[in-house]
Amino acid sequence: MKEISTGNLLELKGIKQYFPIKQGFLAPRRVVKAIDNVSFDIPKMSIFGVVGESGSGKTTLGRTILRLIEPTQGQINYNATDITHLGSKEMLNFRRKMQIVAQDPYNSLHPRKLIKSIIGEGVKIHFKKKPEEVYLDVKNILQALGLKEEHMFRYPHEFSGGQRQRISVARSLVLRPEFLVLDEPTSALDVSVQAVILKLLKQLKKDFSLTYLFITHDLAVIDYIADYVAVMYLGQIMEIGPKSKIFNSPAYPYTKSLLDSILHPDPGKKRNRKTLKGEIPSPINPPSGCRFHTRCPCVKEICRTQEPEMTKINENHFAKCHFPLVAGTE
Amino acid sequence: MEGYRGDLLDVSNLRVFFHTYRGTIKALNGVELWLNQGERLGIVGESGCGKSVTSLAFMQLIEQPGEMTGGRIMFDNKELNTLTEKELDSVRGKDMATIFQEPVSALNPVLKVGFQIGENIKRIKPKASKREVREETANMLELVGLDSKRISGFYPHELSGGMAQRVMIAMALSSSPKLLIADEPTSALDVTIQAQILELLEELVEKMNYSAILITHDMGVAAEFCDKIAVMYAGNTVEYTTVEEIFNNPVHPYAKGLFKAVPKVGQTSELETIAGEVPDLVNPPSGCRFHPRCSHTKPICKDGFPPLQELSPGHFVACYLYGDEDSK
Repeated sequence: MKEISTGNLLELKGIKQYFPIKQGFLAPRRVVKAIDNVSFDIPKMSIFGVVGESGSGKTTLGRTILRLIEPTQGQINYNATDITHLGSKEMLNFRRKMQIVAQDPYNSLHPRKLIKSIIGEGVKIHFKKKPEEVYLDVKNILQALGLKEEHMFRYPHEFSGGQRQRISVARSLVLRPEFLVLDEPTSALDVSVQAVILKLLKQLKKDFSLTYLFITHDLAVIDYIADYVAVMYLGQIMEIGPKSKIFNSPAYPYTKSLLDSILHPDPGKKRNRKTLKGEIPSPINPPSGCRFHTRCPCVKEICRTQEPEMTKINENHFAKCHFPLVAGTE
Repeated sequence: MEGYRGDLLDVSNLRVFFHTYRGTIKALNGVELWLNQGERLGIVGESGCGKSVTSLAFMQLIEQPGEMTGGRIMFDNKELNTLTEKELDSVRGKDMATIFQEPVSALNPVLKVGFQIGENIKRIKPKASKREVREETANMLELVGLDSKRISGFYPHELSGGMAQRVMIAMALSSSPKLLIADEPTSALDVTIQAQILELLEELVEKMNYSAILITHDMGVAAEFCDKIAVMYAGNTVEYTTVEEIFNNPVHPYAKGLFKAVPKVGQTSELETIAGEVPDLVNPPSGCRFHPRCSHTKPICKDGFPPLQELSPGHFVACYLYGDEDSK
């Protein structure tokens, strides 16, 4: 069941996000290359998953797309409009359309504001509505997400983790966005609550015709929800493609290792025991050549010196590797 | 231990209450667990179900405002809840050692890693010379796959999460404990590092034939590591059986729901959800604590407290849906 997609909602071209490191006055200038030359498109009405280990730049990517942090270089096209250099007034309209749901529902809601004003604030700013209308909007969105009208007059601490994440989603959805960045929306939640939120997000996507960028480290969650998957490692996208391709025939050795390290909740299914050695290197001094060569099980000489290009494996399936594990059929 | 359900550990009717200004939190309300030598038990459940409090109670580490109000913990022929602090010293960190969830905060930040491991070795072997302690420390670090020369001079903040967890494991194993308790040992780590640590733990436990209790909310970790599983809900053991049995044939309504809510790679069916939320343990529901969320509730569930009964050999469940006809 594939939705009819009409082009791309979002196009990223050569996005770089470098953070300078503050050091002494005379010390050489150094930067953390949190995102290094990332380009991809997100089709309309799709769920685009981003996976990677901590420190791979997933969250920074999400925030850069929304221009919550200005990119060092590159271009962001939203619905065929270049939004990279829009001023704050022009950006305002796009801000409404592009929303974010943060990872931790315990820290992302203002502890001393009522739910009514947490959700209503955006409505006031973007739609310039009267208080009665704002009230109605908030009430409707809460009910759409399975919360009650009386919850409007409570504070965030009175809610459980799952309810808070619903409030967080409500705060974004009340603005009728087109695009949502979901930054690990379920990683702070228990499995039974996670199941509820994941189902809800899937349903909302259908009801409101949304496009998601879904950031997570949990491959099972990505497999459940995403249409497309990008695998990040040290600030770069190493493999990108439709979910079925990534999970069934990964081309990049790191993707393969990630899939091998999944612990299946099934005692009969023994894991392929080829655990990746070592840990993720520092993004200040990323390894030369292919960034993964220090841990790669099939490393060759060229990997150490020459950075691989993004190569096409199959339709829509690309990997940044000198020696992809699966050959293209084309 | 004769006359008990497990020959290493037998916990019966364990109750722990926390007295807070909001009222008394009935955190553990009759936990039943047992373990044989050489077995690996997994305690699974969601946040707030009492997994970690259970492990603290084993060590008798429940502090004010908490209180162990009832039950008995038999470990290695000792009734732990009757021992004095001094007697407990010979159990804690010796016969029973713990690996904590957040390794970086469990280590002392101002002492070098080598010193911290050495401290435990000195405690166990008070007569060891400095050199022996140093050698033993190096051995332990090598055992967990770290470069002892380099790492023993590090402070905890210089370690990555995976390395710090290895140090914690080295520290816990330095006393050759009879029982190793690992409280969410991998949940703060990335998937690839998680796989490394779990493999290391498995290898060591197998090699030394340790008994282990693994506390986790991650069903994948539990399936990988454990022989037996106890499912906890709101301070009770609701089901206890072998790992194959619990994953393939869970019988308690909560356990059934929990296993169906876990997303699996390659799964095509929809996720199932459990209605409602975890109860507030200041005012827990009467009777079976799961009854407000259960779809098979009977009148007796609201009044009676279901005991843990043996459904088939080795498969225990606390639920009125099962058992002899009279109680139905």
